[in-house]
Amino acid sequence: MATALAKADPSAEYAARLDHVSKSFAGPGGQQLVLDDITLDVAPGEFVTLLGASGCGKSTLLNLVAGLDRPTTGSIGTDGRPALMFQEHALFPWLTAGKNIELALKLRGVAKADRRTEADRLLDLVRLGGAHGKRVHELSGGMRQRVALARALGQESSLLLMDEPFAALDAITRDVLHDELTRIWSETGVSVLFVTHNVREAVRLAQRVVLLSSRPGRIAREWRVELPQPRRIEDAPVAELSVEITDVLRGEIRRHGRH
Amino acid sequence: MAGTDTTTAPGTGSVGAGLDALESTPAGRRPFTRTLREKILPPLTAVVVVLVAWQALITFHVVDDPSKLPSPGDVWARFREDWFQGKLLGYIWTSVSRGLLGFALALLIGTPLGLLVARVRFVRAAIGPILSGLQSLPSVAWVPPAVIWLGLDNSMMYAVILLGAVPSIANGLVSGVDQVPPLFLRAGRTLGATGLQGVRHVLLPAALPGYVAGMKQGWAFSWRSLMAAEIIASFPDLGVGLGQLLENGRNAQDMAMVFEAILLILFVGIAIDLLIFSPLERSVLRGRGLLVKN
Repeated sequence: MATALAKADPSAEYAARLDHVSKSFAGPGGQQLVLDDITLDVAPGEFVTLLGASGCGKSTLLNLVAGLDRPTTGSIGTDGRPALMFQEHALFPWLTAGKNIELALKLRGVAKADRRTEADRLLDLVRLGGAHGKRVHELSGGMRQRVALARALGQESSLLLMDEPFAALDAITRDVLHDELTRIWSETGVSVLFVTHNVREAVRLAQRVVLLSSRPGRIAREWRVELPQPRRIEDAPVAELSVEITDVLRGEIRRHGRH
Repeated sequence: MAGTDTTTAPGTGSVGAGLDALESTPAGRRPFTRTLREKILPPLTAVVVVLVAWQALITFHVVDDPSKLPSPGDVWARFREDWFQGKLLGYIWTSVSRGLLGFALALLIGTPLGLLVARVRFVRAAIGPILSGLQSLPSVAWVPPAVIWLGLDNSMMYAVILLGAVPSIANGLVSGVDQVPPLFLRAGRTLGATGLQGVRHVLLPAALPGYVAGMKQGWAFSWRSLMAAEIIASFPDLGVGLGQLLENGRNAQDMAMVFEAILLILFVGIAIDLLIFSPLERSVLRGRGLLVKN
């Protein structure tokens, strides 16, 4: 069987394409516009972070791309069903770490005989070899997110959606997981759309940072991050760009105070 | 092919390994001597205290009428006699076999019923409140109609058990399903578990703790209903179960027999719970890290 992970198909035009996507929900004062005219492409193998303050509709946007919800207007195209990682690990506590991954493989249609080996390979990839039989509650927060990452990778999607996956972790663990994610991204060639409200995290990880304004969420600005990987969150160029982005972000937030 | 060679600075992986070791909690089972000291000794002490107090009432002539309160020795002699005549296990088996078979039937009916109520909005609105209400109806109330409808035979016993246990089991499953975190359902859907696969791989296992709690309660209700049915509807052709034993003791004014029957009903109820339902519940909860160890 194939040992390589799903590389993003370089011949594909995009890993995800959002075309004039808007989303409104029924609110107390009539229809409430949450996302307004978002047009965004994620190229195959690209790492994009979506940055925004609370209320910018980041999570709504990810739900739309994941197919858990439908846009009010506009269209979304993805190459197959994307994998999604949440802020909470969302591992199933009635299964062991390894069986969680094997469930993803099973639902993808991997033959029973191959599941164990494939799950162990994915655990090795997130540096948790030997944790197959561990129960979820026996793992630390960082280990749980790594198992969740392995489970998401087990879906063999060419696009990995991440909804603030490291926000609940302590800073030391988060740093380590940034390194791991960068390594796994470059090894597998998967495309990543990563949502965060942490500016430095966005700059540390991404090739492209997309800033969303709040209420309604609109694309305010984009930055290409040309710094070589692996970066460190303390690197001076990372900090410099973070300052620039933070200033724009604060300007966006300040607008809301005025009316 | 990239393989697994790393592109990060050396050391981050080992930092991760160090964090893992620092943050994970080692899981172990308690040693047997501790179980003995903390779990077995206290209830044993309680039983001994009750026996001593009971014997003291007799010895110090506080209660001097054996037709009101037999001595522990008298009751023990009853047990011995029935044991050596080979009747004791017969009494127990008559009731336990009825109870377990009735419970199994209740499980077969309560499970799909609970799933329907939990997942189909119309069914829930239609019979959900009735199902919860039935739980507070003492199942002994079903004995008279069951006798009239089905006559004095085993089917009437099973009917009473079902009416007592099915609502508990169904309600347990409903509350189990209601308490499934929506995150699990979303995670399941992104993994591709939709429709029946979602029910099988995500919804049912996630609802298991509530379901098992409902089963446990369902057994308690089954056993109580059955005893009520046996006491009220005692009839020679039905064989002597524990309820009939109690009723026979009353008719014979034999307090030792009455005590024997009450103790047996209590022991069997506890034993089934300790042997079947508690271990089941513990293993479900322990696997999910929901069991608080102290």
